[in-house]
Amino acid sequence: MAPASEEAYSARRPLSLRLALRRPRILRHVPAITLLVMLGPTAAGVVGTLLPAFGYLPALGGYALGLEPWRALFATPGLGSSVRLSVSAGFVTTFLSLAIVALVVAASQGTRMFALVQRALSPLLSVPHAAAAFGLAFLIAPSGWIARALSPWATGWETPPDVVVLNDPAGLAMMAGLIVKEVPFLLLMTLAALGQVDARRSRQVALSLGYGPVAGWLKGVFPRIYPQIRLPVYAVLAYSMSVVDVAIILAPTTPPPLAVLLVRWLNDPDLALRFQASAGAVLQLLLVAGAIAIWRLGEILVARLGRRWIEGGGRGRRDRAARGLAGLLAGACFLSVALGLVGLVVWSFAGLWSYPDTLPDNWTLRTWMRQADSLLAPVITTVTVGLAATGVALMLGLGCLENEVRFGQRPTTKSLWLLYLPLITPQIGFLFGLQTFLTALDVDRSWGAVVLAHLVFVLPYVFLALADPYRTWDRRYAITAQCLGAGPDRVFWTVRLPMLLIPVLTAAAIGFAVSVGQYLPTLLIGAGRFATVTTEAVALASGGDRRVIGVYALLQMALPFLGFALAVGLPALLFRRRKGMTHAP
Amino acid sequence: MITRPATFPRDTAPDPGAGLAVENLRIALHGRELLRLTTRVTPGTVVTVMGPSGSGKSTLLAFVMGLTDPAFSVQGRVLLDGRDVTGLPPQARRVGILFQDDLLFPHLSVGGNLAFALPRAIADRRERRTRIEEALALADLAGFADRDPATLSGGQRARVALVRVLLSEPRALLLDEPFSKLDAGLRRQFREFVFARARDKGLPVLMVTHDRQDAEAAGGPIITLGAPADGE
Repeated sequence: MAPASEEAYSARRPLSLRLALRRPRILRHVPAITLLVMLGPTAAGVVGTLLPAFGYLPALGGYALGLEPWRALFATPGLGSSVRLSVSAGFVTTFLSLAIVALVVAASQGTRMFALVQRALSPLLSVPHAAAAFGLAFLIAPSGWIARALSPWATGWETPPDVVVLNDPAGLAMMAGLIVKEVPFLLLMTLAALGQVDARRSRQVALSLGYGPVAGWLKGVFPRIYPQIRLPVYAVLAYSMSVVDVAIILAPTTPPPLAVLLVRWLNDPDLALRFQASAGAVLQLLLVAGAIAIWRLGEILVARLGRRWIEGGGRGRRDRAARGLAGLLAGACFLSVALGLVGLVVWSFAGLWSYPDTLPDNWTLRTWMRQADSLLAPVITTVTVGLAATGVALMLGLGCLENEVRFGQRPTTKSLWLLYLPLITPQIGFLFGLQTFLTALDVDRSWGAVVLAHLVFVLPYVFLALADPYRTWDRRYAITAQCLGAGPDRVFWTVRLPMLLIPVLTAAAIGFAVSVGQYLPTLLIGAGRFATVTTEAVALASGGDRRVIGVYALLQMALPFLGFALAVGLPALLFRRRKGMTHAP
Repeated sequence: MITRPATFPRDTAPDPGAGLAVENLRIALHGRELLRLTTRVTPGTVVTVMGPSGSGKSTLLAFVMGLTDPAFSVQGRVLLDGRDVTGLPPQARRVGILFQDDLLFPHLSVGGNLAFALPRAIADRRERRTRIEEALALADLAGFADRDPATLSGGQRARVALVRVLLSEPRALLLDEPFSKLDAGLRRQFREFVFARARDKGLPVLMVTHDRQDAEAAGGPIITLGAPADGE
């Protein structure tokens, strides 16, 4: 022990003590700030929607409270069809997505297919909803790839047949477009839950008792998985009932689903329509709340019937068909997104492409060149808004988790509900209200307001992606570092953050992808002043120029993909000589 | 709930305050008392704490490090060389710890791990490098500074972990089942190495273990926790 170090040590201590006392004060407020950022806009938005729904909106001369907006709403022709469409899309999408996920995991856990499923997951997740919807549309349209591939030799079609596949009145195309994106989402949540319930050994026990793999998993593992993915399931239900961008691309137009109808009213030059739009937004909120309540009742019923099924002891050993079906469904989901994306690429480079040729007669860069000038601004807006929202979300998320670690606060189930609240509340239910609220503060239509609106949706995903790796990280590394003389800040910057670099960058990539995919927040809060690749792509939907749509949808997909590539590539480069970092402890 | 207070050999304790002392420690969880303890570990000796899981062994170590879980209610004092460090944060206490895993930082080289531990007071880069090289040589690891820890054998990693904690110039060393993951041959070798280095440096060592052999090899007093049946 050199005397010099002894001296310097005691000289340094008061500083580290001061830091220890000062820093946590800022840190301690991070959870409160995070809640405010996430729930503040949601709550303000709901209030800002409720008031005009009952006639109060001073900016438009509405002072008298009354039921007039509701009367106008219910007098809308076709409202019943719109509501029916929204509700059926919600239930059908959620039920089928959940069923596919359960079947696929049941059939594939412990097999080679499982590794395949896991590998296909990230790329699927990174595709924005609208891009996937366009891809699907290009695939299944009467003039799409499937019809072309079968024509004319199998179908005899020389011109696109006059059948309604896209925008069908029952909304089947929209449901398909939603399912191919919700399956990867629920799958991700299920995979995360699998680790927590020791699914691998439960499955082995079931197999050793003579159960078939599928029945064994459904009976032995799924009942414990479901409570863990309940909130994501509700989020899927709420999202499918109130989605706008996918609906604009794939849903019927007269009448459209409720949320699309409301956006039309909000964008109408006749400002008086905003009152009935607000009433409609409240109706949308009530519908979602009601649907979740019904789903909850369904859960209880299924649980009761399920218990009888489980305790009946049927082994379900002949499940080959079920396993085959699972493979088929998983493959269909993957292929419809993947082929759809290839279709986008082909269209964006297509020259002349006559029906029913499978490929264009010639290839050209003309579409890209022609769009080059108008592409730049939306790309810049998309990237800057995305980076800002992701950056703030990362800081808040890491701050909250660091707070948890340093002050020993434990998360509760309730706090998880808070996290999911912005994801379960339909966007249309509070974004218009938020816009009204921001107008009152005179900060609407600003870049910051758009970032804030994105943040509401980016933050929960970033936090969810960060929380698990952060909480399961071996705390003894931090203890060791502290005992070696490092204060909490140094532990964070030099040990925890570098060791968690892969999950942190993955969370950032997820956040960025969520931001890129946002349609309604950009449209409503930016009041049309901020065009992103997503708003541009969706705006092109009605025009039907497939080449230009291909360009925008492709960009929409390329940006998040770039984010994920960086999240994988950067740590691989930085830690290329650190084997311990590739198999994270 | 302890059986007997630690005794210490008179000849190695010229300064009555030297070493690590735990005074009037009382740890309770939800109102239930887990342990009561007063003990002193003199420089160069090892005090072994044994007891079943849940008897408060880890909580005792956490208390000495300054990392007690807020769920526990804790009273008592920790003194290092006569100075009360109870109110100090862990990084200011200079209590080193070794766990059963080596916990080498996977993102740093072997040398980087050691440099992390070396006090900043040694500012000169060449001096820091020399200190690291010397420490590695003493542990039979000369020339390992630029290696990736993941490429080392289990025994080598364990030794790097020890070198790392010693370089941080601790005033006491805590061992939390430090040998339980090593195989039998390596285990004896590493155990002797640790005790020898601690003796050389005149470090008081507080060891928690399940293993009788570890306790016997340590040669110091043994405290048994959480066994009221065989109490005094």
